[in-house]
Amino acid sequence: MDYSQFLYMHEELSLLAVILILFIADLFMCPDKKSGKGVYNTCLPVVLLTVHTALNLLPCCSAESCEAFGGMYLYTPMMTVMKSVLNVGTLIVCLMAHKWLSREENLVKQGEFYMLVLFTLLGMYFMISSGHFLMFFIGLELASVPMTALVAFDKRRMESAEAGAKFILLALFSSALLLYGISLIYGATGTLYFDEIGALLDGSLLSIFGLVLFITGMGFKISLVPFHLWTADTYEGAPTVVTGFLSVISKGSAAFVLLTVLMKAFAQSDLFYSWNTGMYWIIVASITVANLFAIRQNNLKRFMAFSAISQAGYLVLAIMDGTAQGMTSLVFYLLVYMVSNLGAFAVMTSVEENSGKINISDYDGLYQSNPKLAFLMTLCLFSLAGIPPFAGFFSKFFVFMAAFNAGYPLLVFIALANTVISLYYYLLIVKAMYIKPNESPIATFKSDGYTRLALALSLLGVIVFGLGGVFYTYIEQFSYGL
Amino acid sequence: MIQIEYLLIVSAVMMFAGVFGFLTRRSTLAILLSVELMLNATDLNFAVFNRMLYPDGYEGYFFALFSIAISAAESAIAIAIMINIYRMIKNIQVDELEKMKW
Repeated sequence: MDYSQFLYMHEELSLLAVILILFIADLFMCPDKKSGKGVYNTCLPVVLLTVHTALNLLPCCSAESCEAFGGMYLYTPMMTVMKSVLNVGTLIVCLMAHKWLSREENLVKQGEFYMLVLFTLLGMYFMISSGHFLMFFIGLELASVPMTALVAFDKRRMESAEAGAKFILLALFSSALLLYGISLIYGATGTLYFDEIGALLDGSLLSIFGLVLFITGMGFKISLVPFHLWTADTYEGAPTVVTGFLSVISKGSAAFVLLTVLMKAFAQSDLFYSWNTGMYWIIVASITVANLFAIRQNNLKRFMAFSAISQAGYLVLAIMDGTAQGMTSLVFYLLVYMVSNLGAFAVMTSVEENSGKINISDYDGLYQSNPKLAFLMTLCLFSLAGIPPFAGFFSKFFVFMAAFNAGYPLLVFIALANTVISLYYYLLIVKAMYIKPNESPIATFKSDGYTRLALALSLLGVIVFGLGGVFYTYIEQFSYGL
Repeated sequence: MIQIEYLLIVSAVMMFAGVFGFLTRRSTLAILLSVELMLNATDLNFAVFNRMLYPDGYEGYFFALFSIAISAAESAIAIAIMINIYRMIKNIQVDELEKMKW
C-alpha cells in the first residue's frame, strides 16, 4: 500500500489531530469540582480551530485534483474551498457558544460540545470528499449522529429532548430511503463509484426510482419543502447555538454534496431531465411555502427555521444549472448565507443568554437598550433578505444568474417575487427592534469577548463579501462543471 | 435456484411494511423498530443484487455490513434520547411529544 496517499487527506488528518488534542485536554483539564469553575475553556478549541483553518486555507492554490484509496476519496481544490468555508462557520459557532457553555449545567459538558461539533465537521469532510457511495454514506452518518447528540444537548430540558427525538427518527427514516435508493442504483449498474455510475446509468425506470429516493433522502437533510416537517420543531427545541450550526453548516455541506453527486453520477441526459424537473418544483415549493409560514411565527428560532428552509431553496437553485457557474454560485451563496445567518444567531444567543428571551415580541425596543446589537441584527437581516450594499444581494444575484443562464427565467421570477415577501418578514424584526414602543425593553447588557469576536467576524463577512466579485472570481477558478 | 424477483419482492414488502409502521405506530420504540425493518430491507437488497447480478465483486456485501454497523450506532443514540425522555415524562408515546407545534 502506498502510504503517501494519506497526504491528500491532510485536512481530515489535521482536524482529527485537533479532536485528539481536545479529547486529551478534556481528560486532564476538566472543571474543578469544588469551585465549579471551568479550567479548560473556549480559548483552546478556538485557537486550535483557527490554526487548522489557516493551515488548510493556504496550500489550496497550488494543489491539483487527485484521488486516493482507489477512488474512494477525492481531492479537488473546490472541495478544499468548501471545507474552508465550513471551518470558518464552525469557528464562529464555537466563539458564540462561549457564554452558553459557561452556564453552570453546561460547564462539565464543554469538552463534549467541541468533540461533537468537530466530529460532525469531520463527517462533512468525508462526505464532501467522497467518490463512492459507501464513503458518502459513512460521512453522512458521521455528520448526523453527533448532530443528534448536539440537538438533545440540554439534557434536563424537555424541548431539547423532544427535538432530538424528532430529529433522530426522521434522520433514520431518510437514511433508510436514501439507502434503498442507493441499493437500486447498485442493482442497475453494479458499481457504487460516482464516475462509473455516471457512465453506466441508462435512464431506466429502476435508476429513476433510485434517483427519486436519493433526492428524497438528501431533501430531508437539506430540509427542502415536502420533507421539511422536522425542521421547525428541531430548530426551536435545540439549543440556540446548535440551531445556528444546524441551519448553516449541515445544510450547506449536504447541498454541496447533492450538487456534486447529481453532476457526476446522474448526468446522463434522461436522468438529468428527470431530476431537473423534480428539483424545479421542489425549489418553487421550498421558497414559497417556507416564506408564507415564516410570516406567522413569533418564536425567533422557529422563524429562523422557516427562513432557513427558504434560503435552502435559493441554495439549491444553483444546482439547476449543472455547470461550473452553478457550483461557484452555490459555494458563494453558502459563504454569504453563513456569515449573515450566524451573525443573526450570535445576536440571538447573546440576547437569550443575558435575558432568557427568544420571542420576536421580546425584541420590541431593543434599539433603545442595546443599539449596537440591534444594528448588527439589522445588517445581518438585510443581508439575508438581499438588500444591495450587503453581501446577500450579490450571492442572490449570482444564483439567479446561474439559473437564468440554465434557461429557467420563470423560476428566477418566482424566486425574485419571494425575495420581496422575505424582505417583508425580515423587516418585521427590524420594525420590532427600532419602531415598536416598549415600556420595558430587554435590559442593557455587555456581551463577552468571544461573542463580540463572533459578531465582528460575521459583520466583516457581511460587509467585505459584498464589496465585489473578488471572492466570487477566486472561488470560480476552482470550480468544475458537468 | 430461487429467482431474483422473489427475493426483491421480500425486500420491497419489508421496506414498505417499515414505512407503514413508521407512519402509523404511536410508540417511539415501535417506530424505531419499523425503521430498522426498512434498513434491513436495504441490506437484503444489496446482498441480493450482489449475489444474483454481480457475483464478481463484494461491494454490495460490504455496503450491507457497514450499513448494519451504522444503523446500530444510530439506534443506540435514538434509544438514549428516548430513555432521557422517559425519565422526564414517564412516557414515550409520540402523542406526548407535542410541546412544539406549528
